[in-house]
Amino acid sequence: MLDFPRWKVMTIWAIVLIGILFSIPSLLPQSARHYWPSFLPQSTISLGLDLAGGSHLLLEADLQDLNKQRLQTMEDTVTSEMNRGEPAIGISDVSTSGGRVSFLVTNPTQVDAAVERMRSVTQGVGLTGTRDWDVGVIDLNRIVLTPTKSGTQQALKNAMSVARDVVRRRIDPGGTKEITVITEGSDRILVQVPGVENPEELKRLIGQTARLEFKLVDLAADPNQVAQGHAPAGSQILQRADGTGPIAVKRRVIVSGDQLEDARQGFDQDGRAVVEIKFNADGARRFGRVTQENVGKPFAIILDDKVLSAPNINEPILGGSAQISGGFTVQTANDLAISLASGKLPVKLNVIEERTVGPDLGADSIHKGVIASLVGTAGVILFMLVTYGRFGVYANIALIVNGFLILGIMSIFNATLTLPGIAGFVLTIGAAVDANVLINERIREEHRRGRKIIESVDIGYREAMHAIYDANVTHVISAALMAYFGSGPVRGFAVVLLIGVVTSVFTAVFFTRMLVAIWLRNKRPKALPI
Amino acid sequence: MRLLKLVPDHTNVDFMRWRNVAVILSSIMTVLALSYSAYRGFNMGVDFVGGQMIRVTFAQPINAEQLRSRVDGLHLGEASIQEFGGPTTYQIRLPKPPGGDAAANVAATQAKDMIIADYPGAKIDSVESVSGKVSEELAENGAMAIIFAMLGISIYIWFRFEWQFGVGALITIAHDVSMILGFFAFSRLQVDLNVVAAFLTVVGYSLNDTVVIYDRIRENLRKYRKMAILPLLNLSLNETLARTVVTSMTVLIALAVLMIIGPEVIFGLSLAIFLGVVVGTYSSIYVSTPVLVWLGVSPDSFVKAPVETPGQRTA
Repeated sequence: MLDFPRWKVMTIWAIVLIGILFSIPSLLPQSARHYWPSFLPQSTISLGLDLAGGSHLLLEADLQDLNKQRLQTMEDTVTSEMNRGEPAIGISDVSTSGGRVSFLVTNPTQVDAAVERMRSVTQGVGLTGTRDWDVGVIDLNRIVLTPTKSGTQQALKNAMSVARDVVRRRIDPGGTKEITVITEGSDRILVQVPGVENPEELKRLIGQTARLEFKLVDLAADPNQVAQGHAPAGSQILQRADGTGPIAVKRRVIVSGDQLEDARQGFDQDGRAVVEIKFNADGARRFGRVTQENVGKPFAIILDDKVLSAPNINEPILGGSAQISGGFTVQTANDLAISLASGKLPVKLNVIEERTVGPDLGADSIHKGVIASLVGTAGVILFMLVTYGRFGVYANIALIVNGFLILGIMSIFNATLTLPGIAGFVLTIGAAVDANVLINERIREEHRRGRKIIESVDIGYREAMHAIYDANVTHVISAALMAYFGSGPVRGFAVVLLIGVVTSVFTAVFFTRMLVAIWLRNKRPKALPI
Repeated sequence: MRLLKLVPDHTNVDFMRWRNVAVILSSIMTVLALSYSAYRGFNMGVDFVGGQMIRVTFAQPINAEQLRSRVDGLHLGEASIQEFGGPTTYQIRLPKPPGGDAAANVAATQAKDMIIADYPGAKIDSVESVSGKVSEELAENGAMAIIFAMLGISIYIWFRFEWQFGVGALITIAHDVSMILGFFAFSRLQVDLNVVAAFLTVVGYSLNDTVVIYDRIRENLRKYRKMAILPLLNLSLNETLARTVVTSMTVLIALAVLMIIGPEVIFGLSLAIFLGVVVGTYSSIYVSTPVLVWLGVSPDSFVKAPVETPGQRTA
């Protein structure tokens, strides 16, 4: 028991000092942090959104929307592929019903050539040789394109990776905020933004797909047919954003949001909020050519399949700049400008979980949590002191060191402290002394049986270890499961419990043992004060 | 300094004398708690049933009935409105709207707009909006975590001790969890994600006490091979009684502080753990130990495992 080699003592003190050193940056108030020397550890504990205030949004990709888009794109590809090259293949009755694209090849002798062309535009997925679309023929001359499962999965994967970047750019155009945007599972994105005052704006930014398209208005369409939702060949029916009914537009896209260079909020000559856009070189050229050819005719500005406006082309627009109006407020125009500048979302995202905590509630929770931790610690310290005297003092020193160690380890790993985490901290304070209680009770017991002082202490520590070990493993099991199954705040609780179990075994067993050994060696006490 | 001894040095309480009474009582309570929970159900928070929860702090005390009628005026379904922590702080809970996720967002926004318009100076403290799909996943994960924790710990005890102890641990955890379930069904306190964390803590903590006692029983079974089982269990319980009481006290002190002056949001979590500790302390004496008698634990249970003999024996 008395034999405590110097290297052990040094190691224990080193761990304690390192723990305290790492915990200090987290304990310093923000204003005092710059006094902390830069060669010392800097990493701090991050506060969870429930303490710092902020928004947690869980977004889920709308798979139906993604599938619809893929079918739409395939339909366009079919038309352009068949018209291309010599000879062009005549087709009719292109449809996207039943979750697949199908069309009739007018000349039966061209069916094989059509299948060949369509096969060449499908893409391989992975290494198994599977394609993203199945190309088949039914009824002799009808070609059917069915999306394969692996193709859909690949499309989702690609869409999610783009969507994640787009979401980040929209929320944080400057790239300066400490936001978290990560994909969860195959079709979800978790967004965490600290210190949000208005989560509605956040949701508006993410909720808009921002698929911008410019198409010519189909003037030849019969208004009665349009009203019934029947579009002429090569055109489609879209609703106007202001709710004034349907309008027929050509399917072919003149320019789209993909060809934008910049978008910003501005005002038109009447002082109304608009979005000013600037096309890139390619977009400007195409837009210039089409407007040149269609002077006097209207074109439609379409956002997310709604027609915002359909102005007349008064003169060719060659500079590559345009204004989008559509009854915006400054706020909505600004949101749209950010969304357009950050690119369209490849898939519609739905908010399936939102948790927003105001900054005041968070600050109040921290304040109350800190006070509760301090008062709780004081209560436990007092109780241990009156119960175990000198051995209680050792347990209390261990308890305080344990508090620093928990904070220090959390700082090292930049772990997140959540509100339940504070509860975990307070609980750990109460439970951490358990090891010392076990040890001290055992020492009392052995001493009562008539053992000598040193022997009692020695056996007390040794015998108590079995129970300490088993009891802590049960804690680890439940905390590990919490960390695995729990979400956000609960995981924070589990993390504190797990760290607390490890550090409390260290402080309660090794650290106090060292303190007791030093005391026994130096003082050689005649009576055991326990 | 005279030290405080909550438990005198030499106790010789005949715990096992009342073991049948205690077991019958515990069984009745467990059945009652479970059937009441099944009959009455829980006051599930939005985490587990979906919907919105808005917490508001008003500038001055308000008329709760007026707030209720204003919220009802929005026709967002059956809203629950309750005071939360103080006379100016309220929690408004809205059910999951039928229109899917988009409708859910609209509902929360409508309620917030109404509050800001009708109550100047009101502050939205927090908004939680959980869709049906997510709430189902959360409920499923929560239940899985609790079940796995119960089984995992029991299996660990089985490996470390003997199968009788594993079964005893499982029965003890089941008892403790049932009691807390019953309490939440009875008190109508909201069951949210934090409460699941509390359950898991209770599972871990309740076993903490039990393990310490089991550890001593194992030690005594090896030490006093001739002693009858009941006196041996009594001896073990008495020897560990001081520790049981002191540890429970330290944890309860910390938790009581947290409940009284800690943040309101985690009151449910603290309360559940507090009760769990009280129930767990009782069950470690009167549930986990009597079970060993029926399962026929005897000194012979450990003969086959001499490897585990802890430390040196000088007694």
